[in-house]
Amino acid sequence: MIIENSEVILSVRDLTANVDSNQILKGVNLELKAGEIHAIMGPNGSGKSTLSKVLAGHPAYEVTGGEVIFQGQNLLEMEPQERARGGVFLAFQYPLEIPGVSNVDFLRVAYNSGRKAKGLEELDAFDFDELIQEKLDVVKMNPSFLSRSVNEGFSGGEKKRNEILQMALLEPKLAILDETDSGLDIDALKIVANGVNQLAKPDNATLMITHYQRLLSYIVPDFVHVMEGGRIISSGTKELALELEERGYEWVREEEASEVGV
Amino acid sequence: MSATVKTLVNQPYKYGFVTDIESDTIPRGLSEDVVRLISAKKNEPEFMLEFRLKAYRQWLKMTEPTWPQVKYPPINYQDIIYYSAPKQKPKKLNSLDEVDPTLLEAFEKLGISLSEQKRLSNVAVDAIFDSVSVATTFKEKLAKEGVIFCSISEALREHPELIQKYLGSVVPIADNFYAALNSAVFSDGSFVYIPKNTRCPMELSTYFRINTGDSGQFERTLIIAEEGSQVSYLEGCTAPMFDTNQLHAAVVELVALDNAEIKYSTVQNWYAGDENGKGGIYNFVTKRGLCQGVNSKISWTQVETGSAITWKYPSCVLVGDNSVGEFYSVALTNHKQQADTGTKMIHIGKNTRSTIISKGISAGKSQNSYRGLVKIGPKANGARNYSQCDSMLIGDNAQANTFPYIQVQNNTGKVEHEASTSKIGEDQLFYFSQRGISLEDAISMMISGFCKDVFNQLPMEFAVEADRLLSLKLEGSVG
Repeated sequence: MIIENSEVILSVRDLTANVDSNQILKGVNLELKAGEIHAIMGPNGSGKSTLSKVLAGHPAYEVTGGEVIFQGQNLLEMEPQERARGGVFLAFQYPLEIPGVSNVDFLRVAYNSGRKAKGLEELDAFDFDELIQEKLDVVKMNPSFLSRSVNEGFSGGEKKRNEILQMALLEPKLAILDETDSGLDIDALKIVANGVNQLAKPDNATLMITHYQRLLSYIVPDFVHVMEGGRIISSGTKELALELEERGYEWVREEEASEVGV
Repeated sequence: MSATVKTLVNQPYKYGFVTDIESDTIPRGLSEDVVRLISAKKNEPEFMLEFRLKAYRQWLKMTEPTWPQVKYPPINYQDIIYYSAPKQKPKKLNSLDEVDPTLLEAFEKLGISLSEQKRLSNVAVDAIFDSVSVATTFKEKLAKEGVIFCSISEALREHPELIQKYLGSVVPIADNFYAALNSAVFSDGSFVYIPKNTRCPMELSTYFRINTGDSGQFERTLIIAEEGSQVSYLEGCTAPMFDTNQLHAAVVELVALDNAEIKYSTVQNWYAGDENGKGGIYNFVTKRGLCQGVNSKISWTQVETGSAITWKYPSCVLVGDNSVGEFYSVALTNHKQQADTGTKMIHIGKNTRSTIISKGISAGKSQNSYRGLVKIGPKANGARNYSQCDSMLIGDNAQANTFPYIQVQNNTGKVEHEASTSKIGEDQLFYFSQRGISLEDAISMMISGFCKDVFNQLPMEFAVEADRLLSLKLEGSVG
């Protein structure tokens, strides 16, 4: 939802970044305000996933220029853990399997790390159990998943639901969903989308990264951006996504080219 | 890898201090005279001197094994001090008040309190400093149950018949190069005797400490569990940091008679050398248990984190029908450490069963090998073995090897072997970080998960310690 004069959650200015000394991000500009849902679309290799990893602080990505302000703080100076505890959440495109670590332990340690950083008391196993049972409902997850190793042997859909469960638990200020719809069948997609919609609140912001318009029928964005060649080349409302679906990315490229030409 | 991970401070080895204490040290080198001198210093009975001399003469004819997957410069056996003991004895100590306070302090610093008030509540400790046992706690309480727990030197004086009967009965003097060396020069160690139908009322524990720079440490441990008895025993080891390598060649023998059960746990944290591989202990140890009686059981649990080189295969010889052998191991190597460790399960009796669970963790530029033998003899009808060997690699420069040997001479035997290799990678760690979890917590959670099956076997007090120890060892290594 667009709220007038709401707080700026994330402001990205002229962001450039490299992987293995190849420049992937070539000057990204983006602003998300509280309450808003943004979608970034774009073809493979346009830099969408790189943007999400750079925002989360993945060590393999080197920021070479620009700035990122998250709720008034210089995000780029923060360690990945600090970013997470401060309210940046990345739902992974390929959630990792962690053999031997139970899902519930992982969730509890993650939750308590955030509480500790805020100077709050950590929840013990019993109180935590009550809390997590509530959160399971958001993604309709069976409690038996809690005792299994993190993502180990989970199906693609279960992994994505597990990501949203973590998001429900950690209640981030900025949720970045990286290709959350990929590999989901329609039922799973509905459950995941429903979870994301429940979690979007007037005081947080959501950034969806996706390839297809499909997800946007279930999570309706306030703004749509098109990414190409490491930059955002076009921004608009949800209608932009529909037009893209119909006319393909080539069309945006031409539009941009003609604008530059003028 | 990432700068963040690299900047994590590598936890220094906190047991690396040297205690300044006057010792009775004999000159370097080994000869028949040295063997006689050691025996004389300990006022041993004649049979013991004979045992030593026989071992020494055998040793002269033997050569060091070269088959382990480890590399080190040749050891000059004439440059080692074979006996070093804190001065103050020889009179027998009647109470702890007579122990040199510097020694008590040294153990206090290691977290092993020998003083009456602060003892671990349900663990009796035998503390061995350099080559000599300095104190054994809870002796009287144990004596009431008929349990003998003392240094092997004391056992030689007080119970020579038991020593004569069992010493060398499981590991013969010429078993291997290091066992022969140990049999010739061992200076002290622990002795445990559990009488018939007795369940030892507390955990027994020996704490080994090397202090002198150029001394070798050669302990000998002997545990005898009579029919229907049970005992759980734990050993811990640390050493100061020296630039030179020190040799540690111990022998442990366990004997379990009918229906007896021995559980032997080790937390080995000898100094491992620095990150460039300078210094550290050469840990060449022979450990073997004999399930002599029917339905007897011997269980080895080891957490090996220290030593520059580890060469160690705690084994079970399953002679008694229906006897059970178990081996649970976590071996962690970091920097330039090398470990070649595993077990041997020798099935001789009918319906004997064995389980092997081995977890190897290799970080840095270390080399970690599992080597195990499962042998089902011709008369071992219905014998069964299950082996599981898992390796975890941390970073890109570590190595893990598995060398399983299986010999089956009886077609009713059943042997299963499973193995896996996994890796803690940057992406997994990033996943933890992205959820706000610190790197320390992330590694510790993954390692505990990986080692769970083994840690569950440790006595509770030590399981927590082992968990922490592994995390500390790995700090800063993920890179």
